[in-house]
Amino acid sequence: MKRRMAKDTLTGWSMKAAVLFANLLVFLVALGLLYKARPILASKSLGHLLTSSSWHPLKGEFGFYPFIVGTVEATLLSMVLAVPMCLLAAIYLAEYAPRRLRESAHIVIDLMAGIPSVIYGLFGIIVVVPIVREIGLALGKQNTGYTLLSGGVILAIMVAPVIISVTMEVLRSVPAEARETALALGITRWAAIKHVVLRHSMHGVLSAIVLGFARAFGETIAVMMVIGNVARIPRSVFDPAYPLPALIANNYGEMMSVPLYDSALMLAALILLLVVGGFHLVAHVILYRIEKRW
Amino acid sequence: MPHISIQNLNVFYGKQPALRDITVDIPDHKITAIIGPSGCGKTTLLKSLNRLTDLYDEVGTNGQVLIDGDDINGPKANVLELRKKLGYLSQRPFPLPMSIYDNITFGPRIHRMKRLKSLSRLGDFIRLHQVENFDLEQALEEGARKKKGASDLLVEFYLRLAGLWDEVKDRLGAPASRLSIGQQQRLALARTLAVEPEIILADEPTSALDPLSATLIERQFQALKQNYSIIIVTHILRQARRIADYVLFMYLGELVEYGPAEEIFHAPKDPRTKAYLSGEIS
Repeated sequence: MKRRMAKDTLTGWSMKAAVLFANLLVFLVALGLLYKARPILASKSLGHLLTSSSWHPLKGEFGFYPFIVGTVEATLLSMVLAVPMCLLAAIYLAEYAPRRLRESAHIVIDLMAGIPSVIYGLFGIIVVVPIVREIGLALGKQNTGYTLLSGGVILAIMVAPVIISVTMEVLRSVPAEARETALALGITRWAAIKHVVLRHSMHGVLSAIVLGFARAFGETIAVMMVIGNVARIPRSVFDPAYPLPALIANNYGEMMSVPLYDSALMLAALILLLVVGGFHLVAHVILYRIEKRW
Repeated sequence: MPHISIQNLNVFYGKQPALRDITVDIPDHKITAIIGPSGCGKTTLLKSLNRLTDLYDEVGTNGQVLIDGDDINGPKANVLELRKKLGYLSQRPFPLPMSIYDNITFGPRIHRMKRLKSLSRLGDFIRLHQVENFDLEQALEEGARKKKGASDLLVEFYLRLAGLWDEVKDRLGAPASRLSIGQQQRLALARTLAVEPEIILADEPTSALDPLSATLIERQFQALKQNYSIIIVTHILRQARRIADYVLFMYLGELVEYGPAEEIFHAPKDPRTKAYLSGEIS
């Protein structure tokens, strides 16, 4: 009896420890990055580093602004392209499509989510980049095709399966009574979806978008392959850009003899981590508020 | 001719028959109870009246359901008008994800009903109904002074009609989901009535409710039958005895027997009805 009780306590504790460790990991990573980024933070103020556009490592100038702009713009562009289409697709599959179509589409979408990102990158180089170049030229913009727009398009394609599949699950989990109640009032299917089903599942749909956003924000290799990687602020979507993850992946381990370079990349990683973390946090707060309301 | 006339109605789920050759007229301005053991097709019969069966894949229907003489499954049928005419209460109430107030105005707003805007028209309409402890003239006077007078009055009227007004009048802006489940069901009733149906379909409307709330709903039904025809599905025999004027007994997808409640309960003809009423089958 005593032994069984002890066993129970022990399992309880070990599970608690596992949870603690997993949560602690985030803080450990952040602390490690902060520690390694200290030298550059000591040489320049954080404000200066974040707002300066001058990136000349050999001269000791590390302005992160173009990278931050590149990351944010590529992500926003991908969201603008992906979210409306994904929501429409998910609503169609969850609410209108016959069961067979829904199930087969689900398989394809899950498959898309599992494709390694380097393959999306190759697809980008072979298909997206030439098309974007042609469009750009047709609009009178000199460009190589390796542009912010190509990055946004690739990201949109990559986040689509996440957003569609999560949104679909969320909509399917809305109780049948919701639809019945709404339709029984004699309103159209679309009105029922808009006013009742979507409103009821707002939390989940926003979560789906947040998941997509986080994926796009941190995505590295595929974007790096198509976006051009030029450390300048893009003036239009047909200019190249250089997102933070690409900066880190391209340079870490390469130019380590340059003083402070290593530290600068660590700071870049820290910024990335904090932004994604902060975004999640804000999203949670918003979702919590919405949840509490209805 | 009664509002609802069902003729040779068959409904299938895939190849599985759910309703077999149902023919019956539902009397107007009465409470009609559909009784029978679970799985006998009561709910399917109810939902094929307002075509909520359309929501399921693979449902097949043949035969006719005539509502005011129009075949609801016919090519000219307008399903939105049909559902507006036949209000529906589900087993578990579902508060629309909005305030109590908006739950009531939602239907009229979407249907762009004129009473939502015109206080005098609404007043004329309300005069046709009897609502306990409701001073309509004073309410109209007050309504005339307010900007949203007509819609406020509409909300008050239907909440009173459903017997919920006194419990919620001070928190109309609160989310409907915060009400107790018994209150939610009365809100559902008010919301249904607000689109001005002529018939109310109720699918075991008290089965999720506590006895007290159930009694309240039953009382509202009794009061409403002067102006509406009510069809209620119930598996609670005592409830049917309490409120039904007319009874349909179903068994395994068949309509076994129907008639005035007195007859069915006191002099059932079919042995299956007798067995069900005595509790031998359930």
